[in-house]
Amino acid sequence: MPATEPVATPGPAAAGPGDDVIHDIGFRHYDGPRLGRAWVVRSLLVETVRGCFGLGRPARSKVMPWSLIGILLIPPLIIALSILLIGGDELPVTYTQYPNALQLVVSLFVAGAAPYCVSRDLRHGVMPLYLSRPMMRTDYVLAKFAGLALAVLGVLALAQTLLLIGALLAKLPVGAQLVGWASGLLVSVVLAVLLSAITLVVAAFTPRRGFGVAAIITILVVVSGVAEMLTAVAQDRGLTTAAAYLPALDPFNLVDGIAVRLLGAESARGHDVPPGVLGGLTFLVVTAAVVAGCLALLIRRYRKVGVV
Amino acid sequence: MNAVVMQLTLRGLLGRRRALLLLVLPALLLVLAGIVRWASGADVFATVGLTENFAFGTLLPLMCLLIGTGVIGSEIDDGSIVYLLAKPLPRRTIILSKLAVAWGAAFVFAVLPLVAAVEIAGDDGGRLGLAYGVAATLAALTYTSLFVALSVVTRNAVIIGLLYALLWETVLGGYVPGIRNVSVRQWALATAESILGDYAYVWGVLSAVGQTAALGLLAATTVGAVVLAVRRLETLRLTATD
Repeated sequence: MPATEPVATPGPAAAGPGDDVIHDIGFRHYDGPRLGRAWVVRSLLVETVRGCFGLGRPARSKVMPWSLIGILLIPPLIIALSILLIGGDELPVTYTQYPNALQLVVSLFVAGAAPYCVSRDLRHGVMPLYLSRPMMRTDYVLAKFAGLALAVLGVLALAQTLLLIGALLAKLPVGAQLVGWASGLLVSVVLAVLLSAITLVVAAFTPRRGFGVAAIITILVVVSGVAEMLTAVAQDRGLTTAAAYLPALDPFNLVDGIAVRLLGAESARGHDVPPGVLGGLTFLVVTAAVVAGCLALLIRRYRKVGVV
Repeated sequence: MNAVVMQLTLRGLLGRRRALLLLVLPALLLVLAGIVRWASGADVFATVGLTENFAFGTLLPLMCLLIGTGVIGSEIDDGSIVYLLAKPLPRRTIILSKLAVAWGAAFVFAVLPLVAAVEIAGDDGGRLGLAYGVAATLAALTYTSLFVALSVVTRNAVIIGLLYALLWETVLGGYVPGIRNVSVRQWALATAESILGDYAYVWGVLSAVGQTAALGLLAATTVGAVVLAVRRLETLRLTATD
């Protein structure tokens, strides 16, 4: 570039204001394709899903997610073997009960993944870099949320599918197993969305990763324990309505209640569930309200992030 | 031990959002104990149920984990431990000072609320409170040392600690009798069992391990954890935060 030309003319792509974000300050023009807002969101989502499994991160970040996934996948193998050896015509744990039976491991996976998704960006103050792209704050929140939910769903679906393969290899009736597997996947979707929303809120308020993990798992475990104790108390006092609704304090029981009432599954913990389709719909509405509330909180949290 | 290190550790432990959890969880336990008393009319069996299932089985290890990782894990995590390690202090002084704070915090935030919860939920003349108090103190000592050592050894201390305390001790221990022999909770409960004497069988405060063996195992685990923590801190490698 000649020195006699101090002010560079804007490149052709910078013609319309707003559609060019690679700031042209006169050194080198860019005429290539602009992928735009949707592509940024897509990339962020893919990166989040990969990161939850430790892909694209150093080896020691892969240890924890994959050992937890390993623990989640062992029971289906044992179940399949036990049906083969002992016989029987149904699974000892149904598809909808499975995420509930391994509640702790699922919680640990989410607790490890959620702070990874949001805490580092907050802690290292790189939000302004994201926001200088053609991406809204809401896009960032939704991409992270969708990424985490997809990762959790992937883990749950993998375990369910392994259970299905085991059942089919053991020559259990195909139709019933496929129906059970489909309802198990539905439950997994609801559970993944619910857990992701709750844990992301906690993670977004704890910029330190280690403490984020501890806070999330503490909240999930304590809420579950408190729900159990309160339900037992309500049953002792003969408060049947309360005993049916109190377990729903625990996200896993909430999803279980939906499965029992709307999908006709067996309850995982043998809790009372509010009667009829109405009970199931109530739980579904509560789930939707919790997810919406958590997302609103997240968007609110991110409204001021990155503003210096 | 070093007073300055202890002071810094205490400030780090109580100065952040961690303190909120450390205060909310005991408060929750006390409220729950009140509800249990209202429901059962100060029945000792209900108290044992509350303690075994929630206070001793879930809350105590969780609190010790929060405290144990809080005193040293977060400093290693964000790399600020180098400023402490660069001081002319033996590494064992650092670990012991941090452990002393952790033990004190575990006693105040985990053991005392547990005893208070037992008394609120219903006790037989302080018998159950004493037994659970001693057992919880022993368990808190061992858990805290174990989790401090764990956070020096690995960056995934929280998850591994929880896998041990909840999956191993509670879930697997419920199915496989042999696992109950390798469980801090059972070792500590052995003391409660022997303090309660004949009442232990009535109320079902039972342990899978004998008293002498349990105390030996608790002591060995605690000492082993402290030694391991010191050794690992002497050769700590700082890696980039991820």
